[in-house]
Amino acid sequence: MIRRELDNEEPDRLYTVTRGRSLADDPDLDLVTLIVAAAEPAAGMQSEHARILRASRLPIALVEIAADLDLPVGVVKILLSDLLRAGKITARHPSSSTRARSQLPDAAILRKVLVGLHKL
Amino acid sequence: MPLASTAAEGLKIVIVGGFGAGKTTMVRAVSEIRPLSTEETMTQAGLGVDDPSAVGGKTTTTVAFDFGRISLNEEMVLYLFGAPGQERFWFLWDRLFSGTLGAVVLVDTRRLADSWYAIDRLEHHRTPFIVARNNFPGTTHSLDDVRDALSLPADVPLVDCDARDRGSAKKVLIALVDHLYALSTAREAVSS
Repeated sequence: MIRRELDNEEPDRLYTVTRGRSLADDPDLDLVTLIVAAAEPAAGMQSEHARILRASRLPIALVEIAADLDLPVGVVKILLSDLLRAGKITARHPSSSTRARSQLPDAAILRKVLVGLHKL
Repeated sequence: MPLASTAAEGLKIVIVGGFGAGKTTMVRAVSEIRPLSTEETMTQAGLGVDDPSAVGGKTTTTVAFDFGRISLNEEMVLYLFGAPGQERFWFLWDRLFSGTLGAVVLVDTRRLADSWYAIDRLEHHRTPFIVARNNFPGTTHSLDDVRDALSLPADVPLVDCDARDRGSAKKVLIALVDHLYALSTAREAVSS
């Protein structure tokens, strides 16, 4: 595990990207929520927003966007929330988001996972 | 390699292991993309107050993790996360990995102690898991030895693997999902 002070890592950049907003969690956005662009990047748009729209012409998971943009997951959640509110992207949420923590995944889903893994 | 336009359901499996246990190697072996890396930050109040870089008694730490993916069918995409098992990481478990299907604890028998904490935490979070022993050259312990050393309950599957090998890593994932399926159908039988 890499552990370091965020202060050593371009704090100004992160502050600018989020316009100073804190890394509050949007509970609806999961690491594997799939994001799909609903608009083209436009002139004058914040560059991170434009990059997200270009990256999500086909579905892409939140965590892949974070890796692409080289930004922490929490920062990407804030950027995605902006775009969702503006109707520029849509989000395909995992069905696990409606599952209680102690609940096991549905057997029907697991059967499909097994079929997919056997085909690898 | 982008996902299919029909991709709609993201799923998570977490591979937990100590430093050098082979997490990223296993992700690479089965992933359809070169493993990517990202990070999440957390702020802990009240810790690190003696640290001159801490502001107002808060420290912000960063946890890095690798991941890869497998498109299972036209709609389902399985993301595999390699996650460190050390203590600090577990503060972020719920934020990152709630809703995960299950976990694989990847064990290096030269550093068994690294796995005790991970197993304890997974039980605490009620995340179903299996244990996979990565067969480094010179491994002499039998799986029964490993089970004893980890005090692993009889109902938790323990398998051998070579994390570098695609077929072997695939078998580990299948063993996990078989286990989840058995747990899930047993519970559905009870509740119906």
